[in-house]
Formats: sequence, structure tokens, C-alpha cells
Amino acid sequence: MVHWTAEEKQLITSIWSKVNVEECGAEALARLLIVYPWTQRFFSSFGNLSSPTAIIGNPKVRAHGRKVLSSFGEAVKNLDNIKNTYAKLSELHCEKLHVDPENFRLLGDILIIVLAAHFARDFTPACQFAWQKLVSVVAHALARKYH
Amino acid sequence: MTLTQPEKAAVITIWTKVATQADAIGAESLERLFSSYPQTKTYFPHFDLSQGSTQLRGHGSKVMNAIGEAVKNIDDIRGALAKLSELHAYILRVDPVNFKLLSHCILCSVAARYPSDFTPEVHAAWDKFLSSVSSVLTEKYR
Repeated sequence: MVHWTAEEKQLITSIWSKVNVEECGAEALARLLIVYPWTQRFFSSFGNLSSPTAIIGNPKVRAHGRKVLSSFGEAVKNLDNIKNTYAKLSELHCEKLHVDPENFRLLGDILIIVLAAHFARDFTPACQFAWQKLVSVVAHALARKYH
Repeated sequence: MTLTQPEKAAVITIWTKVATQADAIGAESLERLFSSYPQTKTYFPHFDLSQGSTQLRGHGSKVMNAIGEAVKNIDDIRGALAKLSELHAYILRVDPVNFKLLSHCILCSVAARYPSDFTPEVHAAWDKFLSSVSSVLTEKYR
């Protein structure tokens, strides 16, 4: 079980309370597809991903980004039980979606960069530490049911 | 992974801004590195790593100067960083995984200071550029 200090919990929840899930989610997913273009392999049904502009404006990317980040919110709400929170999603990503878990780490780091850009000086090194821990725990939980 | 002309241009454009705060960004990046990835401190047992320490600032400057050299010689990063490449291969021997970690922290620091300039295209170009630099610095390891 992951141990969170009171400070880490506070740093996570206080940032999360100010996150616009729709905007941040869309931006994080778009940046993932732009910065690491090979991740587009999972989204062949999304239509036009031919340029950064196309990706950023793509409504399916926006919608899916929002979906992914909303799910992240479940982790924030259940910091003491992330493993079980993501059990079913882990099975889904393995058995149906066939996503290499490395992609969870890539998206986690992209999310951190998006938060840094949004919160600037408020995204202190201490903040980053707590969030790196969170994205790492989430990535781990999502990979846990792989077989 | 070679940089396209637009990517080189994006790297150079942001660098002119970053260069004005290079020392502070360097120190902040190292602070983020040591804080998020404590295992990286094992390479600096001889350093005072407290926030704002002289050594931290000095080393941050060193790192950013080297990156500046790579930007100035973006068409020949290998040539520009040849000596540093040997230093890392034969003397420092920092495990290659750590270059990714530092690159990530540099991106965080730059994003935090220049959010409106740090567009997805610029982000992609810088990620690729730092990856190139990391490649050059580790290519003589074996």
C-alpha cells in the first residue's frame, strides 16, 4: 500500500481542486500525441492527427483527454486505494486496448509538464515530487493486471 | 532522431529567452531533479544540495552553458559536446536513465517560466533536442 504524507496529500488535492479537467485533459493528450507521435497508433479511429494544429483541434482528442483526466480524478479521490480503483481499467488496457504500460509513464510526465505550465511558480519542486509519485502510482496500478 | 529545420528554429527561439535566466533555470531544474528523483543525488555526495546553495547554482550554470553550446551548434551537437561526451563516458559515468530525468525537469522549469511560449510544437522540439543532447553525451559509454 502506498503511504502518503499529509503534506503530499495536501499538495495533490490543492492543485487538483484548481484543475480544469476538460482543458488540462485535452492539452495533456494532445501533447502526448504531438511530442511522442508513435502514441498515435492507438487512435487510428480519431480522424485527422496529421499536424499539431489538427491534433489540438480534434474533438475526439479533446473528449478522450477529458475522459482520461476525469479518471485520474478517481485516483486523487482514492489516494489510499489506487490499486483497486484501477483494477478493471488495468484489465481493459491489457486485454482490449493492448496499450504498452510505458505509455502510462509518458502520459504521466506530460501531465506534469502541463501542470507546470498552468501553475507556474505554484508548481514547486515539492509539488512536482508529490505529483510524480501520484502519476507513478497510477501508472503502476494500470499495469498491475497485465498478463 | 534528427531535428527538422522548424524544430531547430523552435529550439533557438525559446533559447534566446531561456538564456536570460539560464542560471536560475539550471538551478531550479537540478532542484526539481533531486527532489523528485532522490536517487540522482548519489552522483553528488560531495555537494551541498540545499536550496540556493552555491554549488547547486554553479552546477546548474554549467549544465545550461553546455546546452547553450549545443543550441549554438545545433547542426553539429556531436562536435560541440565531444569533450563532454568523453567526460561522461570515462569519468562521470552517470547512468543513461538519468539524462531523461534531468531533461524532464528542465522542460518543467521552462514550462513554468514561459507557459505561453511553451506551445506543443516547442515542447516537442525541445524534448527531441534534449534527447539528442542526451544521446551524444552517452554515445561513448560502450
